[in-house]
Amino acid sequence: MSSLELRQLRVRYGRFTAVDGVDLMVPDGGITGLVGGSGCGKSSLGRATVGLAPITGGQILVDGTPVAHRPRRGPVQLVFQSPYASLDPRMSIGAAVAEALPPSRWSPRPGATARARAAEAAHYLELVGLDPGRASLTPGELSGGQRQRVALARALAARPGVLVADEITSALDVSVQGAVLNLLRRLQRELRFSLLFISHDLAVVRYLADQVAVMDRGRLVEHGPADRVLHAPGHAVTASLLSCVPTLEENP
Amino acid sequence: MSYACRLRHALRTPVGLTALTGVLALALVALLGPVVLGPAAERVDTGAMLQGPGAAHPLGTDNLGRDIAARVVVATRLTLGLTLAATTIGVLGGLLLGVAPAVLGRRAGRGVTAFVGVLISFPGLLFVLFLATVFGVGATGAVLAVGLAMVPPGARLVQNLTASVAGSEYVAAARILGVGRLRMVTRHLLPNIAEPCLLFAAQAAAGTLVAFSGLSFLGLGVQAPSYDWGRLLGDQLDRLYLNPVAALAPGAAVVLTGVVFALVGEVFAQAGRPVRPPAGGAVAAPGPAPRPARPDGALLQVHDLRVTFPDGRRPVRGVSLSIGEGEAIGLVGESGSGKSLTAQAVAGLVPSPGLVEAGTLRFEGRDLLAERPRGTALAMVFQDPMASLNPALSVGRQLSEVVEVHERAARSAAWARAVDRLRAVRIPDAARRARQRPHSYSGGMRQRAVIGMGLMGTPRLIIADEPTTALDVTVQRQVLDLLGEVRRESGAALLLISHDLAIVAGVCDRVLVMYAGRIVEDLPVANLAGRAAHPYTRALIGAVPTLTTDRDRELATIPGRPPEPADAHPGCPFAARCAHADDRCRTDAPELVPHGTAARVACWHPLTPAAPGPGNPIPEVRDASTAQEATA
Repeated sequence: MSSLELRQLRVRYGRFTAVDGVDLMVPDGGITGLVGGSGCGKSSLGRATVGLAPITGGQILVDGTPVAHRPRRGPVQLVFQSPYASLDPRMSIGAAVAEALPPSRWSPRPGATARARAAEAAHYLELVGLDPGRASLTPGELSGGQRQRVALARALAARPGVLVADEITSALDVSVQGAVLNLLRRLQRELRFSLLFISHDLAVVRYLADQVAVMDRGRLVEHGPADRVLHAPGHAVTASLLSCVPTLEENP
Repeated sequence: MSYACRLRHALRTPVGLTALTGVLALALVALLGPVVLGPAAERVDTGAMLQGPGAAHPLGTDNLGRDIAARVVVATRLTLGLTLAATTIGVLGGLLLGVAPAVLGRRAGRGVTAFVGVLISFPGLLFVLFLATVFGVGATGAVLAVGLAMVPPGARLVQNLTASVAGSEYVAAARILGVGRLRMVTRHLLPNIAEPCLLFAAQAAAGTLVAFSGLSFLGLGVQAPSYDWGRLLGDQLDRLYLNPVAALAPGAAVVLTGVVFALVGEVFAQAGRPVRPPAGGAVAAPGPAPRPARPDGALLQVHDLRVTFPDGRRPVRGVSLSIGEGEAIGLVGESGSGKSLTAQAVAGLVPSPGLVEAGTLRFEGRDLLAERPRGTALAMVFQDPMASLNPALSVGRQLSEVVEVHERAARSAAWARAVDRLRAVRIPDAARRARQRPHSYSGGMRQRAVIGMGLMGTPRLIIADEPTTALDVTVQRQVLDLLGEVRRESGAALLLISHDLAIVAGVCDRVLVMYAGRIVEDLPVANLAGRAAHPYTRALIGAVPTLTTDRDRELATIPGRPPEPADAHPGCPFAARCAHADDRCRTDAPELVPHGTAARVACWHPLTPAAPGPGNPIPEVRDASTAQEATA
């Protein structure tokens, strides 16, 4: 629904520059994969798009309009890496999703607003394949994959134009990872949000993304269509990442 | 289990019952005392002044002939009321000042933190006396003084607690959803710090009681004609040698009430600790008689290994495996499958109170159930290298310690070997790096140093438990290559544990797939791609996208979730999630039996024929159909 554009984005923690002048365009309704080794700045870039990292230069534009550099409700939403840390352990999953819904208009009938919000939260839980009857459970009673579904439902309930997914499957078991990736791809096709999918796993990025951007030491070293970047890498970093993907076929 | 539920549980313990009884007794005395004994405590009897204990006055009388026992009982209400009022002031003030830095902007927040820091640097008693002088002599002044003196330590505690909650990802998530400050405090911060705050309040109440009694005793607190325990103590103290019980009774009241408050705090603390539910009904069935899993001569022989916990969890349920000299075995499974505990059982590292039982558990021919493995023959590499390195010692020192302890080597020789081994695991500039502490190493270098530590002796088996999970993809490849190299050079066997089949495939000869505490398949690595027989192994392979996965097809998934370590399942543990399962799978557990020439599988319906021959080719197309069935 919206495009995300980064112009000369810079993120610094003290004297350490995590993101160093990155220009990146996530086209409207497309999936862009962002890959790189650990410490390359890809997560800092993701957090910067929602104002959670200290931006020291550059601009973040959604549909050409600059967005705030501090965390507030905006057109970009982030799904965090670990569903064990990103959900409040004391809040029911229904309440967590309802909290993300846009502020509702005041209603003269007491309880009507709360009921409407609960119904809408239930709708989002259903959307990610969770039984709305379990809305009163707390995250501790769910498995990792189910928690990540709740985190996804919460981010989508805020009706973002752009969704940033930061390593959302790396804390999950392999059997669950596939289900979450299938779900994310189905939702993206249905709801047409733009997706910036951050991962260290090239195979996962290749499966999802149309465009792939490669980061190394805070800089963008390669960016292009997924097929081109992964089959004919133009930069040594991309080639080295590709050669490190373990496969079942090889033998010592 | 919810906090309320744990609180109920804590109240049923002896400590909980005592605390509850104490609180009820105190409340009853405070409520009824003044009503019943009020007139007796106020009655002036000039005929019975300064009497000792007797039938009419169990604790004697004071200088106006009033009954001291009645006065101690009546004073309960005022003492408790003032204590609770001061505690409320202290806790509320602490919460306000403590939460403020998380809610205010950065600059104002720093101001509040600095202010609390300055306040806390004054000694508590000095602070109380200073405030008591400022507010003037009297009960109100004392309540304010004691209450306010409690604010700085309370604020510091709340600040530390909220800082950790405010830095959490769920608060970050709420911020980017635009949750307001007030709602952030009431819905996210306070519920997550409530338990330690309750504990603090209970302990603070005990402290307040003593502080308040102290002020009254000094004459700065409650003034005549009102009286609390501190004042009664002060009044009677000069007659301590004439009528000791009269002075000791209010003191005892203070002590007992303080103990009740402390017990209440203990109950809150107990409820804050998670307790596991008591053991479920299932009891581990006795295993079959010991028999060797493989012909003798294997380096490690495990038969029917079981790990159980007293709370009923059975994470490892009869694992049999054997590792030959120099062999590289991969042990693959999802979290909770028992793969790490299997390795820990072999290394004798199962955390207490876990119980390890086995038909056979032999390493180098020694029974590991009876004795520990020999010196450095078994090396262990963990997921987090920082967990196996001491941050306060140089890396070289930690490596050389291994041979100093096990082989009584001289220090210089041990150090030389440490540098040599660090060089062997590709630590650049090893002589200089050996003098550095682990924090100057990168994650990959730390893991290599730990592998180097395993090489200090003469390992015959290296157990690596998820050695690359915490590492970067490029570093992961280096560490895996290193493990392969070390194995070739030292001739040691390798047991590599991972959740990722692809990682294991690159290093190992054989793969064991674990599910719900059992090994469900044992197959050569070459069979992984397309020739796995167990539906679970197939599903695991299909669920991971590779660089050749068809982008237009959905990834294979496994419906449902793995059974919990405490669950009892009579049949195949995978039956509930398996597309091929029938009634037999749900009632009879399949044994791990030989399948074909090189594999073993525990499945009633293996997906490949047992003996592929020329007329019976391996159906490669089954792969796709299985994937689709698993998604359905």
